[in-house]
Amino acid sequence: MSPLRRRLLFGVPLALAVAGGEGFYLILRRMQANDYDPHTLPSPLIGKRPPVFSLPGIHGQPGFANTDLLAPPKPMLVNWFASWCLPCQEEAAMLDQLAKRGIPIWGIAYEDKPADLAAYLKANGNPYQCLASDESGLTAINWGVYGVPETYFIDKTGIVRWRYAGALTKEVVARDLNPLLAKYS
Amino acid sequence: MRRLLLLLAFLPALAFAQDNMVTRDGVTLTPAQEARAEAIGDQLRCLVCQNESIEESNAKLAGQLRGIIRAQVKQGVPSKSIMHYMVQRYGIFVLLKPPISPLTWLLYASPILALLLGLGIFWLGRRRAAPPPPAPLSGTEAARLDELLKE
Repeated sequence: MSPLRRRLLFGVPLALAVAGGEGFYLILRRMQANDYDPHTLPSPLIGKRPPVFSLPGIHGQPGFANTDLLAPPKPMLVNWFASWCLPCQEEAAMLDQLAKRGIPIWGIAYEDKPADLAAYLKANGNPYQCLASDESGLTAINWGVYGVPETYFIDKTGIVRWRYAGALTKEVVARDLNPLLAKYS
Repeated sequence: MRRLLLLLAFLPALAFAQDNMVTRDGVTLTPAQEARAEAIGDQLRCLVCQNESIEESNAKLAGQLRGIIRAQVKQGVPSKSIMHYMVQRYGIFVLLKPPISPLTWLLYASPILALLLGLGIFWLGRRRAAPPPPAPLSGTEAARLDELLKE
């Protein structure tokens, strides 16, 4: 074997280590920039309709069911939230902005009490066109919700196209939601 | 009277059966059913604290999922169907041991690939270590060798 080939052979483990290090560095940098969260899971609901459910509303208002999501006139968001959830308060302002842009947002309160909810909506604003309450949390399990807040994007044919676990930020809206709105509206 | 005696005779057995029942997350099961429920829960990842199984986790969601598993075990739903129920909702990430699929081929192949890489390097190294075969002797060298051997 020529000395050049020998040197190349010694370079193989080194190159592997460099590639691995580069990968870890990229992951950490994206985590730091809040661009990547290794705990988020892909949703099996993507490309499907939401599961069968029918939830009551709050304070005598009507709730909604999966049949109300079959053919929305515009692409819409379904936002799972709770009055006891801090990231939900963080994203409240962003939800208000989205509602003002004319995007229909329907809310499902996760394991919450009507009185707490009323106080929460009074304090943080109410961006929701429709509100339902999943007090037992069993509908959330059928949706594959594993924490609040979670936001689902539903297109005009009632198909879920995107799920975001965590508070919606300016960056998430610019990176994920705006392109979806452009594509499906 | 005889019936009463018979009932009395069986009372300890009934009490024993009651003692053995296990109630967890709101569902009462026989020990065999509980063992099956635990075996299922041990294979499922808690979505909240992602390195724990739902049997170990204290998260509320894990408790609800344990309750769902136990209710289904009580109804006699096969373990495979219960696992399917979970995968349908949370995806294959919920399985602590992921199935072999295009997504996990690289993961499962990595030990074999590492072994092949190691063997390859070892083989190339050995080939290099072996000294090259000596060149055939020239005419004068052969004559000198004959001379030396004669001495």
